Amino acid sequence: MTRTARATLAAAFFAVSLAIGARAQTNAPDPWPGLVTDLFKGRDIRKADGTIALEAPTRAEDAAIVPMTMRFADPANVRVATLVIDQNPMPMAATFTLGDKAAVDFIETRVRVNSYTNVHAVAETRDGALHSEMKFVKASGGCSAPAGKDPDEARANMGKMKYREFKSAVAGKREAQIMIRHPNNSGLQMDQITRAYTPAHYVDAVEVWQGDELIFKMEGGISLSEDPNFRFTYAPNGAKTLRVVAHDNQGGAFKAEWPIAEAS
Amino acid sequence: MWNNNLRLFLATFAVVAGALSAASSAAPATTFQLVEIAPGVYAHQGETALMTRANLGAIANLGAIVGGEAVAVIDTGGSLLEAKAFLAALREKTQKPIRYVVNTHAHPDHVFGNAAFAGPGVTFVGHKNLPRALAARGAHYLSSFRQTMGDALDGVSIIGPSLTVAETATLDLGDRTIDLQAWRTSHSEADLTVLDKNTGTLFSGDLLFLQHVPVVDGSLLGFLEVADRLAAVKAERVVAGHGPMVAPWPKALEDEKAYLTRLTADLRAAIKKGEGVAAASADAAASERAKWRLFDDYNPRNATAGFAELEWEEP
Repeated sequence: MTRTARATLAAAFFAVSLAIGARAQTNAPDPWPGLVTDLFKGRDIRKADGTIALEAPTRAEDAAIVPMTMRFADPANVRVATLVIDQNPMPMAATFTLGDKAAVDFIETRVRVNSYTNVHAVAETRDGALHSEMKFVKASGGCSAPAGKDPDEARANMGKMKYREFKSAVAGKREAQIMIRHPNNSGLQMDQITRAYTPAHYVDAVEVWQGDELIFKMEGGISLSEDPNFRFTYAPNGAKTLRVVAHDNQGGAFKAEWPIAEAS
Repeated sequence: MWNNNLRLFLATFAVVAGALSAASSAAPATTFQLVEIAPGVYAHQGETALMTRANLGAIANLGAIVGGEAVAVIDTGGSLLEAKAFLAALREKTQKPIRYVVNTHAHPDHVFGNAAFAGPGVTFVGHKNLPRALAARGAHYLSSFRQTMGDALDGVSIIGPSLTVAETATLDLGDRTIDLQAWRTSHSEADLTVLDKNTGTLFSGDLLFLQHVPVVDGSLLGFLEVADRLAAVKAERVVAGHGPMVAPWPKALEDEKAYLTRLTADLRAAIKKGEGVAAASADAAASERAKWRLFDDYNPRNATAGFAELEWEEP
């Protein structure tokens, strides 16, 4: 075969590949209407009215670690914020119930993304109304699997937590990060050889407190990345410590408490 | 029509490969080139590219070592089609039975061709973590590459090792032994290298990338440490996982170590400054961009995973 013939064939392959890629994107049924019924009881959801903003990468560089940030225009008015990865096996990634006085401006977390998908961030305001913003996220190349990197390390360190404080960009607020070591096994990875599944083992609840006041509590599922990670702002109440209580679906309980640095 | 084109292409691929390697003349790009890089040691250079339908997933370097009685194959390629071309080319070189198929790790471009080599008397060999890695990722690899490679993925199945290596192992090919070494989590959680001491040839798998930007799918710090320890392996030449087929050892490690070192330093600085993962991964190791191919395909991913790893370091 000549070089020219090969080039022509290669071009044909490429064209067909593109066509198939496009079809894979557009022909998948949109799960969102069903998710509105299941997760939000079919309630009316206002779109992109500015109540909630979602920052998501256009391409999930590492399918196992995709950063997502939900921002709230009027933090005091948001009661619950939910992050939904529409095409994931368990779409509801996390629901954050915000403390009444916590005034959280944003929450950043990390999720797994299985395939090309819409991602919805939904805020429930104190009047009971729902507001959403949506972003489309391309899954990265097929080599990037939504799986853990080092399961031994994840197991060995399970429950270890880390806390960091940052200078907040918002006046009068504090910015912090909570990190929890956990494999967050999805239970959906079937061994192609044994046909057996690795049991699901994931953090399903996290509460973050300053003193006796709740900053937020999270109910989560298997779409959260290994080593769940939350970065957020809150209005300080003068408490001396920040406290985290986390649980997983197998009955694991993890607690940690750190002194809050003096305001600088 | 598409199927016919593909079949025509593959038929030509195989026939030309066979004819040309028999004549051992310079082969055009359509052949599966298998080159004897040292006595009884063969290697094939993959294309530095992403796996596509057009290239049949043939992006990784593959190899074979021929002993007095039997053959060991090192990695099988990114599709059954590539693997069949590999097998045909290998059969032009030797008729000895294939006793071992060594998979250097779990990534599709190295294991998707396994089925072409399966059969009586053939033992698949891998790192002790390879079965687990294939279990966690195999189904995802099959479905996601089906989307990009279409029917070029036909016949691909996940075949795991029946012989696993926790630390080291020696395989006997008859009057020739080869040494396997399992490494800690680095490029991936299941990296295994193959050393032919007879000729001083090291098959590094993806513990070494040349020209193709290194991919970190295990541990950035582990990769750095393993790259250092690898340098102590006594060999004259290396067949890297990607890039030029043969390179001098251990000099070939230098670029990769520089990249991993730069990425680590940039990420640590970003974490110290309090940057978020998205901002940090967009900039980290940018000074290395010009040195590598496929940089924008993999560097942001390396940086994202590296950030999540390094932020657990104590300040």
